[in-house]
Amino acid sequence: MDFRHFFDSKKISFIAIFAVLTTFSVVQAADTPTVNSAAIDSHGAHGEGEFQPTDVIMEHISDAHDWHLWGHSSIPLPVILYTDKGFEFFLSSQFHHGEHDYRGKHYTYRLVDKKKIQVVNAAGQIDEEASKKIWDFSITKNVASMFLSVFLLLLIFTSVAKAYKKREGKAPKGLQSFLEPIILFVRDDIARPNIGHKYARFMPLLLTIFFFIWINNLMGLIPIFPGAANVTGNIAVTFVLAFIVLIVVNVNGNKYYWKHILLPDVPWWLYPIMIPVELVGVISRPFALMIRLFANITAGHIIILSLISLIFVFKSLAIAPVSLAFVLFMNVLELLVAALQAFIFTLLTALFIGMAVEEHH
Amino acid sequence: MVGSIAALGAGLAVIGAGIGIGQVGGKAMEGIARQPEAASKIQTAMIIAAALIEGAALFAIVVALMGNNPS
Repeated sequence: MDFRHFFDSKKISFIAIFAVLTTFSVVQAADTPTVNSAAIDSHGAHGEGEFQPTDVIMEHISDAHDWHLWGHSSIPLPVILYTDKGFEFFLSSQFHHGEHDYRGKHYTYRLVDKKKIQVVNAAGQIDEEASKKIWDFSITKNVASMFLSVFLLLLIFTSVAKAYKKREGKAPKGLQSFLEPIILFVRDDIARPNIGHKYARFMPLLLTIFFFIWINNLMGLIPIFPGAANVTGNIAVTFVLAFIVLIVVNVNGNKYYWKHILLPDVPWWLYPIMIPVELVGVISRPFALMIRLFANITAGHIIILSLISLIFVFKSLAIAPVSLAFVLFMNVLELLVAALQAFIFTLLTALFIGMAVEEHH
Repeated sequence: MVGSIAALGAGLAVIGAGIGIGQVGGKAMEGIARQPEAASKIQTAMIIAAALIEGAALFAIVVALMGNNPS
């Protein structure tokens, strides 16, 4: 707690951060349509002729074994398979975008629907039995993107932490003065009012959740290479985040929390109704967190991609400016949503922890 | 046919959420207008309530999406 007196320095308005973000967003949103439309164009060109918006959108919001750059070029990512005969490592470029099968050490593999890796037998047919036995631990686009954002977070926060050590007693500078008000915001407006005086224990968790979700949301909005992965719009990622919250809340629950669930203050004959309802409440709160983040981010991506798809659905250049204006608007709105969803996830986590650690009143 | 019914479901969910969030926002505005000094507290409570309502609507939208793309 050496940093305590830094936290008490002058608080910069949170609006200033939004203003900075909005400035970035204009630059970023401006090149969205060109890149994405190029990608869609190439898909439409070598597809079945007819433009299928649903397929294009679903492809863009789902996970992949390679990281698409432009046109036909993409970065291959490592495929790691655990089969009943042992591990298997190779690059996803071996599949040539699903056009070729790859003969590995143990089996021959095929990429089905650009997503699933299945085992192919000698006759060239998919072997369902053997396919069920392989476990796919590949570094997919989402995993690679997550590594990248974790690396970025480590870079940002170690440098800021070092700056605090070096510039002890002085005013914050550079990146420090950008992050300090956000950290203060999480502490003063999220943790302290909702958790109470025991908030300090949960600050690392809350800050990690906030910045992890926020940076992944922002990376998802970048239409070209270092971004473009839909990490927080993947239900597995939000599931893990919500599961961590479930564990933390219930491990930290004190006796009042458990009494409220197992022995609520109602006549005894209501217990058969009340206890199941309370137990469902324990599960449904993190479940709602999971669905909220997943659906918000996925819906945002779907809206932007649908607006771009409009150009190709109408096959008209006249619709392009309208669509572009809407895409720009949606992208700016999504920047707000990116911060807002990180905020809401952290706020509700703090609220649930606060309910669990609250002393009886 | 399945797709259009799923879209209708999504639309109905949005109507419900729209009414709900509209109520929350409107009442919060009234509250702030009466007591501007409590604006920050009202805002936090408003965002929590709006998020909870939105959560219910998003359940419905996810179900509609799943109905739209049966896998």
